[in-house]
Amino acid sequence: MLQADALAAERGGRSVFAGVSFTLTPGMALTLTGPNGAGKTTLLRVLAGLGRAAAGRLLWSGEDAMADRSAHAARLSLVGHQDAIKTAFTVEQALAHEGRIAGVDPAHAGAAMVAMGLAHLAAAPIRILSAGQRRRVALARLPLARRPLWLLDEPTVALDHAGVAALGAVMAAHRAAGGIIVASSHLPLPLPNAAQLRFNVRPREDVDAA
Amino acid sequence: MSIFWGMLRRDLALARRNAGDTLAAVAFFLLAVGLFPFGVGPAPELLARIAPGVVWVAALLAALLPLDRLLGADYEDGTLDQAMLSGLDPALVAGAKAAAHWLSTGVPLLIASPLAAIMLNLPLEGLGVLVAALALGSLILSLLGTAGAALTLGARRGGVLLPLLVLPLAIPALIFGVAAVEAAASDMAVRPHLAMLAAMAAAALPLCPLAAGAALRAATE
Repeated sequence: MLQADALAAERGGRSVFAGVSFTLTPGMALTLTGPNGAGKTTLLRVLAGLGRAAAGRLLWSGEDAMADRSAHAARLSLVGHQDAIKTAFTVEQALAHEGRIAGVDPAHAGAAMVAMGLAHLAAAPIRILSAGQRRRVALARLPLARRPLWLLDEPTVALDHAGVAALGAVMAAHRAAGGIIVASSHLPLPLPNAAQLRFNVRPREDVDAA
Repeated sequence: MSIFWGMLRRDLALARRNAGDTLAAVAFFLLAVGLFPFGVGPAPELLARIAPGVVWVAALLAALLPLDRLLGADYEDGTLDQAMLSGLDPALVAGAKAAAHWLSTGVPLLIASPLAAIMLNLPLEGLGVLVAALALGSLILSLLGTAGAALTLGARRGGVLLPLLVLPLAIPALIFGVAAVEAAASDMAVRPHLAMLAAMAAAALPLCPLAAGAALRAATE
């Protein structure tokens, strides 16, 4: 269970958001919507433990998640704007390395490739893949690492319809197994019954004060 | 610990695929050493006298070449964020990076160093000590360099800043490394110098990854 309690974050001394509270029980999903610069990515990084919350607490199963950031990191997967894959490898090699680093048997890479519709590209160097195909490789980390908490920043950018459908199936399986998903997007996500957290446009005087 | 080996293994696989980077460092090293006979004149006894220093300085500079991209590439493509989220302590992430740098740059330089020394007419009895001292010295430089690369992450012109930060810290290793080779060439005790180098490596082994880990944490925040 992931609980945010009055989380606030700052960037460069300027408040990005404040008072963000929610509770996500196993199987739940939360989508983050709002205009550019509203703080969706910042919130995802705070939830991942990469960013520091200016105020508030983040709890996992009732315990402070930030007390041990390495332990918190080990229970989540983050897919950010950057695909974070090395283009010198083939798809299969890249996912085998990802698997080893995630502490799972690299043999699971095959199943992850099938889940994201990459099986026919297994031996293709990532260098020659399109943006959408690279995105699929980055997303294949999710079913590979099998962490309970998925943090997705604009996961469907560059994906085609089949890619979105594959991601939808992977996310549905994750939630059915008791996983939690927090995803930001400007596009409709294949996440049925997801709660929504809407970031509002900041009041003008606030921006001026910064 | 399997995460540590996983990261090291990936970095070494990458280094093998981008073998040009390693070759460039080795070629730079041999070329820099090869320039000295042209610069100072081909007098064998003069070259033999300056050989330890020249080999050491050229190796230090060559080992600096790939440092800029060691963490910079990961920082830019998001791999560093993922490394910080692997569940491995940031200090160990930095340790894996330093190990990858040493294995993919330090060791090849080490293998090339006897050739460089012979090019400068270093007495053969000094060769073994040169390699031993350089093994410790390159390890120290990999550790210092990783810390420097982590500290300059995200800084504008970090590639220029990096040598300015790392080279002064490498001076003690340079002094004792060169002294060890000179001692061997003049039949004096070598072990005190090597022991000093080993002590420096032993100090850098925990301290540099800790500093680099803190810097990585700050850079990804």
